[in-house]
Amino acid sequence: MRIPVSALFGLVLTGVFLFTAIFAQWIAPYPIDAAVGGVWEGPSARFWLGTDTIGRDILSRLIYGGQITIFVALASSLLSFGLGSFFGFLAATRGGWTDQILSRVVDLMMAIPALIVALVMLSVLPLNLTVLILVMGVLDSTRVFRLARAVAMDIAVMDYVEAAKLRGEKQRWVIFREILPNALSPLVAEFGVRFIFAVLFISTLSFLGLGIQPPLADWGGMVKENKDGLIYGKGAALMPAAAIALLAISVNLVADWVLTRTSSLKGGRGG
Amino acid sequence: MHPVLKLVVQRIALGLLLLLAVSAVIFLGVEALPGDTAQAILGQSATPLALENLREKMGLNEPALTRYFHWLGGVLTGDLGTSLTNGTDIAQAIGQRLGNTLFLAGCAAVISVPLALILGIIAARYAGRWPDKVISGLTLATISLPEFVAAYFVIYLLTQVFPIFQPVAMVFPGMGFWSKLHAVALPVIVLVLVVLAHMMRMTRAAILNVMQSAYIETAELKGLRPIQIIWRHAFPNAIAPIVSVVVLNMAYLVVGVVVVEVVFGYNALGQYLVDHVTKRDLPVVQAVGLVFAGVYIGLNILADVIAIVANPRLRHPK
Amino acid sequence: MAEDLLLDIRGLVIEATSYPPGEPPKEVTLVHGVDLQLQRGRVLGLIGESGAGKSTIGLSAMAYGRGGVRLTGGTIRLNGREIRTAGPAELRKLRGREVTYVSQSAAASFNPAKRLMDQVIETTLAHGLMGRAEAEVRAVGLFRKLGLPEPETFGQRFPHQVSGGQLQRAMTAMALCPKPDLVIFDEPTTALDVTTQIDVLAAIKEAIRDTHVAALYITHDLAVVAQVADEIMVLRHGRKVELGETEQIIHAPREAYTRALVSVRSLEHVEKAPAPPVLKIEGVTARYRGTGFDVLKNISVDLPAGQTLAVVGESGSGKSTLARAITGLLPPTKGRITFAGRTLSADLSGRTKDDLREIQMIYQMADTAMNPRQTVGTIIGRPLELYFGLKGAARDRRVQDLLDQIEMCKGFAQRFPAELSGGQKQRVCIARALAADPKLIICDEVTSALDPLVADGILKLLLNLQAEAHVAYLFITHDLATVRAIADKIAVMYKGEVRRYGQKSDVLAPPFDDYTDLLLSSVPEMEVGWLEQVIAHRKMESAGN
Repeated sequence: MRIPVSALFGLVLTGVFLFTAIFAQWIAPYPIDAAVGGVWEGPSARFWLGTDTIGRDILSRLIYGGQITIFVALASSLLSFGLGSFFGFLAATRGGWTDQILSRVVDLMMAIPALIVALVMLSVLPLNLTVLILVMGVLDSTRVFRLARAVAMDIAVMDYVEAAKLRGEKQRWVIFREILPNALSPLVAEFGVRFIFAVLFISTLSFLGLGIQPPLADWGGMVKENKDGLIYGKGAALMPAAAIALLAISVNLVADWVLTRTSSLKGGRGG
Repeated sequence: MHPVLKLVVQRIALGLLLLLAVSAVIFLGVEALPGDTAQAILGQSATPLALENLREKMGLNEPALTRYFHWLGGVLTGDLGTSLTNGTDIAQAIGQRLGNTLFLAGCAAVISVPLALILGIIAARYAGRWPDKVISGLTLATISLPEFVAAYFVIYLLTQVFPIFQPVAMVFPGMGFWSKLHAVALPVIVLVLVVLAHMMRMTRAAILNVMQSAYIETAELKGLRPIQIIWRHAFPNAIAPIVSVVVLNMAYLVVGVVVVEVVFGYNALGQYLVDHVTKRDLPVVQAVGLVFAGVYIGLNILADVIAIVANPRLRHPK
Repeated sequence: MAEDLLLDIRGLVIEATSYPPGEPPKEVTLVHGVDLQLQRGRVLGLIGESGAGKSTIGLSAMAYGRGGVRLTGGTIRLNGREIRTAGPAELRKLRGREVTYVSQSAAASFNPAKRLMDQVIETTLAHGLMGRAEAEVRAVGLFRKLGLPEPETFGQRFPHQVSGGQLQRAMTAMALCPKPDLVIFDEPTTALDVTTQIDVLAAIKEAIRDTHVAALYITHDLAVVAQVADEIMVLRHGRKVELGETEQIIHAPREAYTRALVSVRSLEHVEKAPAPPVLKIEGVTARYRGTGFDVLKNISVDLPAGQTLAVVGESGSGKSTLARAITGLLPPTKGRITFAGRTLSADLSGRTKDDLREIQMIYQMADTAMNPRQTVGTIIGRPLELYFGLKGAARDRRVQDLLDQIEMCKGFAQRFPAELSGGQKQRVCIARALAADPKLIICDEVTSALDPLVADGILKLLLNLQAEAHVAYLFITHDLATVRAIADKIAVMYKGEVRRYGQKSDVLAPPFDDYTDLLLSSVPEMEVGWLEQVIAHRKMESAGN
């Protein structure tokens, strides 16, 4: 099987990001919250990416920040994915009132931009990791719901599903053996897209001061901390910004590739 | 009643119903969340007496539904209440800032819509060839950027590397139109960048979708010139999807504005909202949230109405 | 007479790039060096099964390659000049002016946003052949000639406001309006019901004759092309098999492949004697939820054990709905269904395991009837597991027996549906039905998506299996040749009612009711002049009334 260059680039980079996030403690040269140099020092042999607004090593903070960003994004996209696909399948296979109620609730949630809803909710809720993950996961599950429901509906009207029902198969078999294997590949590609969305979402919230709270820092928060430096020509804020962009682009490339691969395999073998 | 008119009326009615439901969610949903407004305002160290006094003053001891209808009645008569933190009239504050937000979004729309359409048409015309690949590649990059990241790259580039603009966008009453325009140049560039990619990609997809129809082949087999094919056969069918692409992206723009305003310290609705979320000033947040939701839902209704009106099957029923 | 030669194709080679999933793109040759000559005013039929390259060759007469298909070799001379290598400007001059095109699906080929008249006269105006007023007069004349209703105002309608048969005629008018030298008809009646097809076919034939236009008539149906073509070219896998006068091709074919095509659908089945029924349908009436009319009205038919009841009808007749009522997917509002001596629960959920096992179903589209993620072994093995508790080696052995019965060999059990041909897929579906050891198999248009030769193979297989396993078939079809090939009893359905019902020999013998007469007489026969006879006969009858 041939992997296109762009997808390979995305895969490798995504792998590097995951690796540094998991092993941050061992990789980062300095602790996350120690002023080890001067304010806004430029890149040097000692501080590869320079130092930040109070003299902390940017590289180390990027590595730790990546850990938080990726952890929160992964947790919330897993949540949105689990919730969305469970209820999406439920709506598609049950139909009737179940479907009506779930679909109307989702319509309502999607009638307002997710960021606005999140802002309204966060004005009341305490700001901690659990709340952030829950808010983001629930808000984003609406999109997964719509996709899962549509995919399952497409499959549910197939003759082979009807054949299974006529054969007298139980609901479990119909869902897990007939529908799910065929719904999986579009959903897997969607997971990448949801993950990117979660990365952008948490970064934006942190940047607005409503996400990860100090002393912890994620990439969005780091941009916020260092943004004033830009006016004096200090590029420290650009490092975490670039990290966000790079992660998003590389996951996007992988998701694009998975999507084209699965759509060209439509009806083909599961290999 | 003509079926088109009937559908349009239905769609608008549905939109208003949705807005009503949204207002209930914004008010009652927030009430249902764990967290106490009075506690939030006074902080953890507040005495029980102070909390009780504040609750009394804010009417928090009344049933939520009563307060909702009271609030809704106020909204309908233009009374959005007063801010918890500084006691100012919310409707007035929104009135002052809404214009600035619309000015910013408007400028971005005026530039991005034609640009996205032109790029989208070029990409569709040369689908799979190098102009398409270049355009699609660049937009893939910008689609992956959150607004504030794009903003800081633009700021660094245009204030430091090429010092053309000021990094803050200050507008104040009495400012001339041109100086206002100059002041918002940077945020507008950022918004254009962010919204352009989506709009261009969706335009490209809409045109390609139409160009794959059998009736385009028919036109080709009639020996028509490419421009005639696009103008007479593709355009009338692509107009509805393209218009809805544009309108949906305007809705997206409305959200992008929030972040961009914060980045540039632009005194408008988004900044106002974020400020008061931080201060946990619930009445302000609810009111501004409702305004944003209203604009967003309104634009969505507009997109659907245009799609209905542009459909020949509905305009000319059997 | 060289000046009479309109189209002269020599050594035509057509290639395309295919993109198999997970593999590098590869070049495939669709047409291998075909020669074709067409005189002015003559009609050449191009016939073949799917993949024969007939449409691709037809469109090459306009130097057009559909969907990235490339005309890579040979010469195409139209009106004496080479067009294969012509530039876009030159091609625009001849497309729509010298050659025009009528597609299979007129419904998709008309622009939904424009009125029919504007589209019909567009070519004429774009090429500057006539003024608008003159063109409209010509279009109205063509509408009238093609038998369209209210020809004066027909053009003011939008495509979605007229029926499929009318759109097909309107597209013919659009093709004839600029007075071309050549019209390419690409399966123009294939998508239509048989009673609509005959009218459109007659209209097209008359229009060709009156305008003296030359035509390439592309179809997979030899009986249809025999009505309109002067000559017929038989194609297979992008190569010419045989070319000859229509009479010669249908009565004295030289090549074995042509003989097979001619004799296809001529299977005759001798009906079995009446016997007690295994399935008894009494007064069944049904409607879809949320609709206000009955799709089945008081249906009563019987099916004897081990025999075949053919349910015949056009689209919208309710024949597939009847299958849904029997299987329990659409519970009837009235009536009773008795199966093997017991009354069936109306609803699927009320049926016993044996009810489910003994009634099996085979679908029209084998593609969508099999889970693409399961192997053939799993697909056939599942009923064995579910109904008989077979597992492991015992199950595999039985799967292999079934594969043998459908004449497929050992390696197939490990394959996925995507790796099978159309005919093989349908065979696997048959094996899956047999695996349940049923008393009744409902066959819903099981051969209509297949090429005629493959369809014949499936019908023969079904007949053999019936003899071996003594299984009854409820055979739903729109195709009367299929009915002749397989039925013992026939029910003719029209608008949700059974119009005619009985033993095959009775149903197919006069006197007929009006609808059955119309249906039977509309089925094209492989005989030159059949169309004229039927039309003349119908005119006489309507004059007599």
